[in-house]
Formats: sequence, C-alpha cells, structure tokens
Amino acid sequence: MADKVLMKGNEAIAEAAILAGCRHYFGYPITPQTEIAAYMAKKMPKIGGCFLQAESEIAAINMVYGVSSTGKRVMTSSSSPGIALKSEGLSYLAGADLPAFIVNVQRGGPGLGGIQPSQSDYFQATRAGGHGDFRMIVLAPASVQEMADLTVKGFALADKYRMTAMVLADGTMGQMMEPVSLDFDIEPAPEKPWATTGTKLEREHNIVNSLFLAPEELEKFNFDRYERYKYIEENEAMYEEYLVDDADIVIAAFGIAARVSRSAVNEARKQGIKVGMIRPITLWPFPKAPFEKAAEHAKAFISVELSMGQMIEDVQLATKCKAPVTLCNRAGGMIPSPEQVLEAIKNAANGGAK
Amino acid sequence: MKEQKRLTILCGHYGSGKTNVAVNLAYALKQQYERVTIADLDIVNPYFRTKDSSDDFAARGIGLICSEYANSNVDIPALPPEMYAVTDDTSLTVVLDIGGDDRGALALGRLAPKILEENDYAMLMVINRYRPLTPDAPSTYEVMQEIEQACGIRFTGLINNSNLGAETTAQHVLDSVAYAREVEALTGVPLVLTTVRQDLYAELEGKVPALFGLELQAKIGFSC
Repeated sequence: MADKVLMKGNEAIAEAAILAGCRHYFGYPITPQTEIAAYMAKKMPKIGGCFLQAESEIAAINMVYGVSSTGKRVMTSSSSPGIALKSEGLSYLAGADLPAFIVNVQRGGPGLGGIQPSQSDYFQATRAGGHGDFRMIVLAPASVQEMADLTVKGFALADKYRMTAMVLADGTMGQMMEPVSLDFDIEPAPEKPWATTGTKLEREHNIVNSLFLAPEELEKFNFDRYERYKYIEENEAMYEEYLVDDADIVIAAFGIAARVSRSAVNEARKQGIKVGMIRPITLWPFPKAPFEKAAEHAKAFISVELSMGQMIEDVQLATKCKAPVTLCNRAGGMIPSPEQVLEAIKNAANGGAK
Repeated sequence: MKEQKRLTILCGHYGSGKTNVAVNLAYALKQQYERVTIADLDIVNPYFRTKDSSDDFAARGIGLICSEYANSNVDIPALPPEMYAVTDDTSLTVVLDIGGDDRGALALGRLAPKILEENDYAMLMVINRYRPLTPDAPSTYEVMQEIEQACGIRFTGLINNSNLGAETTAQHVLDSVAYAREVEALTGVPLVLTTVRQDLYAELEGKVPALFGLELQAKIGFSC
C-alpha cells in the first residue's frame, strides 16, 4: 500500500473509524454521506465487523446505544434531516453517559431541503442535539485529511468523556477527493468497567439507563455531567489561527467556509489589508480564548458561513461585543466565493462594519 | 489507442477519475471527428459531474447528454431520454461516462444489447492504485468483474489513471506501471492508455506505456 491514498472525505471517515477500532456501523442511506455506508458495507464483512442498514435513522441510533452499552466502539452517520431523526437517541446516549461517534455531512435545509452542501446544522449540533440538558463534542474538519484525523480523535474523546462526539462536515467535505495519510497511532480504547458485558457471577450487574425515579438523583447526574462539560470547555477547545497577530479584521470560519476564506485572506493581504482568520476546529467547546485575544486589537470580525448566520452568535459572545461582527454567507446549498468574502473584507476595512 | 471505435465506454471504481478522463478523451476526439458527444449516464454521484463543464463543451462544439437533474437537488437516479441517441444515431462519436462500481454500471446495461449488436465499442476500465479499495490487481479485478456482471459487457481495455490528486508526481505514475501491468496480466485485458496531468507529460514521455495528457477539470476555487 502506498504512503498516501486518494480518498473522498466520506471514505476517509469510514477508513479512519475502522482504524480507530470501530467494528459496528449502523446507518440509513442519505445523500451526501452515502459513501460512508457504502464503504462500511464493503469493508466490515471482510474484517469481522458489522455493517447493518437499519430500517430507519431512529433504529440506527438505538443500535448505537445498544452496542455502546457493551463497551464497543460504534458509530452512525447521516445528513441533516437524518440527524434530526436521531436526536432522541442522542439525548438517550447523553442521559446514559454512553460514548458514541456520529457524523453529520450537512446538506441544505430546513425540511427536506436539498442535497448540496450547507453548515446550517450548527445550532442543532452545538445547542439542540436533542431534549434535555446535554452537550456533544462537535468537530469541524476542513480537509479530507482532517475528516480522518478528527474521526480518530472523536472516538478517543467520546470514550474519554463517555459522551457523543460528532464530526460536523458538509457535502463538499464528504464528496471532495484529496490525498490522505492514514498512518495513525491509535491509542487503545480505555477500560469500560461500566459496560454490560455479562457478570460471569463475579460482579454486580451493570445497568445502562437514562431513567431516574428520584428527581434528586437525576439532578445530581446533571450537575456532575456539567462539571465534566466545564472541564472539556477548559481543556479540549481546538482552533487554527491564520495571520491573526497583526490583523485589523478577523474572519471566523470553519470547514469549507474556512478554505474559501483563506483564499480571500491571501488576496486581501496582497492588497495591503491586514486580515486574518480564526478557524474553530471544535465548535463545541467553542474556542473562546483566541477570539477574546483577537478582540483586543481587531476592529471588526466577519463570520463566514454556509447558513443564515449561526456561529456568528458564538463569535459575538466570545468577543464580548468589543468589535462589530458581520455576516458573510450563502445558504440553501450554495457556497460563498472567495470574491464575495474579499468584498466583505474590503467593506469592513472601509469602516462598513458597525 | 490503435483503432478508434464509435463508442468509448468508461467504467471504473467510483473516484477513479472516469469523468475527467471522459472529458479529456472527448476533447481529443473532437480534433478528428465532427459529431462528438459525451453521454453522462452516472446515476450514483450527486456532485462533480460532466455538467460542471457544460459551457466548455458548448464552446468546443461537443454535445452533452446528461440528466437534467445532475448538480441539482433532485436526488434521484435519473437517466436522460436522449441516452438512446447513443445507440440510435450511429453518426455520433460518443464517450460514455458511466457511474462508479457495479451500481453505476447497471445504467449501462439498458444499452448493452444494442451496443453488443453494433459491435463498434471500446469498453474501458479506469484504474487508480491510489484509491484505497483498489490498491492491487486482485481488488481491481474484483471491481471489474462486478461491473461486467452488472452491465453485461466485457472490458476490452484498461486506462491507468493512477493519481494522488494535486499531489501527484511523475514518480507516483512510474510506481503505478507495475500495478497496471499486474491488472493486465491477471485479467487478460490490455492496458491501452496511461493518463497523466498535462504538466507531467514531458517528464514521463517514453517512460510509461501509451501516455495521454489530461487538462484537469477544476470545479470551485477553494484549492488552498
């Protein structure tokens, strides 16, 4: 096998998941993530794994719940409307403190929407993955390599914190092809003494459950869980800074929007405009620190998104309104062009952002 | 390729580069033939279609038969009614871009009886050893057999399109020759072309069999 292979983003996720020790995949087909399922269908039977096309997205996420209860690494993937169907299961996973790895290759919405790329599930991923008080770790790849890297990372984080880690990609990331290195050092999954693996009459029963009969007990679980979330917020935020140190204007963008924005930043720099970019790699926890720091010198922020403006709220919160934040966006399956972002940069440079 | 057939059919594993090769072959054929058409019969891939180049085809006088739903939100495996012109209008020189794997090749099966009856076709398998599911001859052979079973047409040639996208070097192509020869030996299907990015052509001339340079088809400007 050659050092690097040429992969679609969706395939990179599937292969990285297998390398990370995932042997159970449950899903239901939906464009633009179907290659993940197709890859798993081809590969899992050859390596003693399980690929199962469930009867629905809801069935698939509950199969994830079942396998995770036994301590095995397990995943499902879908695209926007399919993730909405899985949201009840995501909440149950959180309530039972089960690790799971989920992929959302986003398409345009709301409703059935379309099959072209989008980032309009930012709220869904970072705020409202399902009912009740809970969070998911949300990872936002901006290359096919990162689709693989963040999959490996996602499985590790999910196990470490006993919660769901989601890769939030978009149709372009899923469909585009780039060279990828799959040379990972995979850390073995941690011990899972809570897993339902059979007592062999040697220990007490393990019970995986999200129902609590006493409200005091349920409250305690919520408080404890949020202590863990606080630790994650302080320790797991990931981001990339690009030419931010001297920047008057700072772009916030993730995934495909960050790639378009990088082209625009390079062009603006050529024209003498001091502009940089902060690219969140974790959307939850949101990397607040670099934004707070940049707000000390930046005169304006621009949030570049394939949505009607969702991450912009986190940028506003993180910069504490020290500088205006404007939106540069396309929606419904359309992608901003580098020229559109450059226009927004020029507008901000001319004092257009208030 | 020695003898030009009226129909050039391109099949392969998905992501092997069929569409890009198809577009480039059509450009080359247009130099020799008056009525050249690309027939995009891909029922699998929702993005990155021949339709991305439709303006370019029009400018070069190349016909395009393609589902009107390609690159739209209509997510159904539709085929264009004009596809029957491929076999009915024998004045056309056609490059057929078939969808990936056996699932994509099913669409070709609809035209197979007439194609076999006319018997003026080249059925070519596009291969890329840098794709993770076809890294060697046995895995490539497996995909070839699945495609043949799905469409009912046997392969007559191999196109070695081994590449690593933008990172492809001449060495990557040189390293792939042995792989292409192994596929040839295992399947008995002859290697008819080695396709490379145009800028690698000079470096590889005379070093790999049946070299053919590709002008790449780029989609959107976010390459950094």
